[in-house]
Amino acid sequence: MMEFLAKTFEANGLLTAFFIVGVLMWFSYWISNTLTGGRLHGSAIAVFGGLVLAYVGGVMTGGKNGITDIPFFAGLGLMGGAMFRDFAIVATAFGASFEDLKRSGFSVMVSLALGITLSFVGGVGAAYAFGYHDAVTLCTIGAGAATYIVGPVTGTALGASSEAIALSIAAGLVKAIVVMIATPHLAKRLGLDNPHTAMVYGAMMGTHSGIAAGLQATDPKLMPYGLMAAAFYTGLGCLVCPSLFYFILLKLFPV
Amino acid sequence: MMIYGTALLAICTLIGISIGEALGSLLGVRANVGGVGFAMLLLILSTTWLIKKGRLKPLTAEGIQFWSGIYIPIVVAMSAKQNVVVAMKGGPAAIFAGVVGVAISFAMIPYVNRIGQSKKSVPKVRQEEPRSGVS
Repeated sequence: MMEFLAKTFEANGLLTAFFIVGVLMWFSYWISNTLTGGRLHGSAIAVFGGLVLAYVGGVMTGGKNGITDIPFFAGLGLMGGAMFRDFAIVATAFGASFEDLKRSGFSVMVSLALGITLSFVGGVGAAYAFGYHDAVTLCTIGAGAATYIVGPVTGTALGASSEAIALSIAAGLVKAIVVMIATPHLAKRLGLDNPHTAMVYGAMMGTHSGIAAGLQATDPKLMPYGLMAAAFYTGLGCLVCPSLFYFILLKLFPV
Repeated sequence: MMIYGTALLAICTLIGISIGEALGSLLGVRANVGGVGFAMLLLILSTTWLIKKGRLKPLTAEGIQFWSGIYIPIVVAMSAKQNVVVAMKGGPAAIFAGVVGVAISFAMIPYVNRIGQSKKSVPKVRQEEPRSGVS
């Protein structure tokens, strides 16, 4: 029986992947709720779990494709491939509207532009300091410092190495976790007690999971405002990182 | 029908990525220039237009929302297939990259918040728990 099960699981890789990721998500949210009281968002724990799986797979097989080099997990490659990823990320823009953005005022638009630029520059600076000097890798890690969505989207668009994409996910994950933990402590100093400031904050930070957990712990009523701004952040990031920002980096670090 | 929403999402994504490819070859770089961003722009514009016309049925919306709801699981799967073993040596770079940007951003919030202080307008939002998974 086990033999038939294993064969079925491998032959229907995508379904196996749905199941594996579902279990991982459940486990991550369970850890989030029981061990961290929800302070560390389940989504961040799950993404970290994904990176751990990739590491385990790499050590076990010596391959380059993380856990997907093990046949049982191969379906994760399709599920996490560029096609499904771009499709799902584009879908997250649904619900955002430019009227809302206009209504939220000039300061939110300034924060969007400033938030993406500052994170990107910070990320590129850190990557450069640690010895990465080619425009594609720098741009990917810089975009990852914006969010762990913008990073891999940018990396794939520019043809970056899997190593660079993994680093961009890790950078975005670190950012999300810092935002989650720091927000409730800084809320008072930031004046984070009204919808307008929540939108400025969301536009400045941009990390969906970080903002969701951070505002949940501060004042759940502010969450929709922060998340609306974050949706624009992701869109703008996916637009400018693999275009304008990449061209600037190409000028600074010619191939 | 739900497939209408999924079909709309698919065509927006396909056109957006095509624009990115075209821009890349136009500008002479081997890259998809902002394709996903253009796709998101198209989705926002088309759905806003449909909503205004009253043509976006709840079922159609569900055909889009499902995909938006499983983007974190897809990112998890994507993480699991990266070359993390090699990336480990760049670990400190990733940690610094994440921390530096966020620290500067936090510091800037009070200043940016003062811009246009006189009219603190905000759009209406629905007060509800976001669906689990969309986070």
